[in-house]
Amino acid sequence: MKIAVLLKQVPDTETKIRVKGDASGIESDGIKYIISPYDEFAIEEAIKTKEKSAPSEVIAVSLGPVRVVDAIRTALAMGADKGIHIDDCGLAMDSFVTAKVLANALKNENFDLIFTGKQAIDDDASQVSQMVAEFLNVPQLMLAEKFELGADKKSATIERSVGGGTKEVYTVEFPAVIGAEKGLNTPRYASLPGIMKAKTKPVTTLKASDLVGETKPKTTNVNFRLPPERAAGKVLQGEPEQLAQQLVKLLREEAKVI
Amino acid sequence: MANILVIGEHAEGKVKKVTFELVTKASELAAKLGGQAEVVFIGSGISNTAEVGQYGAKKAYVLNNANLEKYNTDAYTKVLFDLVNELKPQVVLGTASPVGKDVLPRLAARLDSGLASDCTNLDIQDGKLVATRPVYSGKAIIDVKFESALQVASARPNSFVPSVVAAGAAAEVVNKDMDAGTLRAVLKELVKAQSQKADLTEAGIIVSGGRAMKAAENFKILAELADVIGATVGASRAAVDSGYATHDMQVGQTGKVVNPNLYIACGISGAIQHLAGMRTSKVIVAINKDPEAPIFTKADYGIVGDLFQIVPLLTQEFKKALQG
Ligand SMILES: Cc1cc2nc3c(=O)[nH]c(=O)nc-3n(C[C@H](O)[C@H](O)[C@H](O)COP(=O)(O)OP(=O)(O)OC[C@H]3O[C@@H](n4cnc5c(N)ncnc54)[C@H](O)[C@@H]3O)c2cc1C
Ligand SMILES: Nc1ncnc2c1ncn2[C@@H]1O[C@H](COP(=O)(O)O)[C@@H](O)[C@H]1O
Repeated sequence: MKIAVLLKQVPDTETKIRVKGDASGIESDGIKYIISPYDEFAIEEAIKTKEKSAPSEVIAVSLGPVRVVDAIRTALAMGADKGIHIDDCGLAMDSFVTAKVLANALKNENFDLIFTGKQAIDDDASQVSQMVAEFLNVPQLMLAEKFELGADKKSATIERSVGGGTKEVYTVEFPAVIGAEKGLNTPRYASLPGIMKAKTKPVTTLKASDLVGETKPKTTNVNFRLPPERAAGKVLQGEPEQLAQQLVKLLREEAKVI
Repeated sequence: MANILVIGEHAEGKVKKVTFELVTKASELAAKLGGQAEVVFIGSGISNTAEVGQYGAKKAYVLNNANLEKYNTDAYTKVLFDLVNELKPQVVLGTASPVGKDVLPRLAARLDSGLASDCTNLDIQDGKLVATRPVYSGKAIIDVKFESALQVASARPNSFVPSVVAAGAAAEVVNKDMDAGTLRAVLKELVKAQSQKADLTEAGIIVSGGRAMKAAENFKILAELADVIGATVGASRAAVDSGYATHDMQVGQTGKVVNPNLYIACGISGAIQHLAGMRTSKVIVAINKDPEAPIFTKADYGIVGDLFQIVPLLTQEFKKALQG
């Protein structure tokens, strides 16, 4: 089987976000980058699936500046076999263009499975996986919490939660895009031998400018700003019974939320 | 004509509150565009579709076919694509629910249009939709401008207040039989939750527990409080990772992003990744025994104390106040 994993490199979750003076974006200096957490679940599931369906290979694909090769190397150290770095060539990108470029890079490779994260935690868009699936004309199953490879290795059963505690169980035939939700698995750490081996695994570089065609962004992000700071409120004083009484009164009469 | 098409949502045969929220906003925006708000419902047996008229919608399309009874990406994308091509609205709005998040990107891609997802505000500027949304887990806010002629957006639940603008008005209901196409992913089984609680992402009130809950059984005291005040129970990642709560209860950067009117955090320290999921709550209450816990710097009301003592007292007090 041929399995792709789509990886996005994003600022670490602890990053303090600073906005540029002209509100056109965020300041990028000093940011530490990580693989978007949901994409780690995608890598793990891809590797697990490979282990169950030998001979198979996992190809980690990331679109972005040169720094994203680090994310690809991490995936290789975890157990992916090859990497594809798509240099963004400084092009203006929104989810639509990103998905178009990724889909064009993948389209002639005949992947059985494409694992992605349900959402990247920088733009929080949750769009690219579905758009890639659309552009490749293959089905998508987002929010996957359980993935079970079929005995025929050409299909899978996927379980997902769709709100309010309701679960859905789907079957899908490959090729398909699977969007990973938390709970799908516990991503492995790269082992030391894994890290050594990753250095010799092949990473191909493609150029977004060769893949984008006539596609232009459909949206532009403007007016970057920080959210209004939440001011600290009242800390209530008194004995436990009084505290409970006060809080109920405040929530009903002052905040009027109950 | 510059109309706005809202993708309506329903559960148990009833139109959901999120749809009334969105229709209220859509009719305000449609007025700015010189068009009207219309709603599309997919599925059959929805009892109160015409009610969207009270919130300003003029028409309610009800699309039906045996393959549309349950959500399916392929089927929903196809019928919405066909409907949009027929009606040619300028704006399509949906909810940032599991369904909206699944279908809208695919629909926008097929329509060769831009999408702004999980928006907290929507406006019309220079005749086009401008969408406001949080990024970096709420650490920054942006406005999204559209280059495409058709503009698609999804709104976070609880972002708009539903408001009856035309009491008693009924939207004209138009039933349509649609071809749902071929379904590639097949739903084999649907396991409904025992309790029909609002999902965390749509809940108006949330009571959440953290690592301090110490055991899964102890979540019972949060459930009791939640029952009295009509809340949904959430959890921090520490509580989920320790096995006290299930994954779908997690609030935060790698859990659910919630937007309730009231969020009660019990024994949660207020780590940045937890705040990422609940910082837009209108009112935050923190119950924590450590007066230095960072959650207090974000809370509107704080109680320094032992949650095992405070939570049951609160349940009692609310019972008195709400039932007495
Ligand atoms: C990539 C990444 C993603 C993450 N995503 C998430 C996420 O989505 N959601 C999330 O929540 N976290 C997330 N985290 C984890 C986050 O950093 C914190 O570790 C977590 O939120 C802590 O949970 P907590 O507040 O329950 O536990 P703690 O930080 O241990 O806090 C427990 C609190 O309970 C108080 N307490 C103890 N006993 C009592 C008592 N009897 N009564 C009252 N108070 C008491 C303590 O004073 C303390 O403040 C993420 C971390 C990373 C690195
Ligand atoms: N630049 C990128 N390179 C590779 N994969 C990406 C990129 N952007 C998004 N993805 C994939 O699409 C998923 C959803 O991203 P988003 O739509 O941005 O929330 C991510 O979890 C990745 O799997």
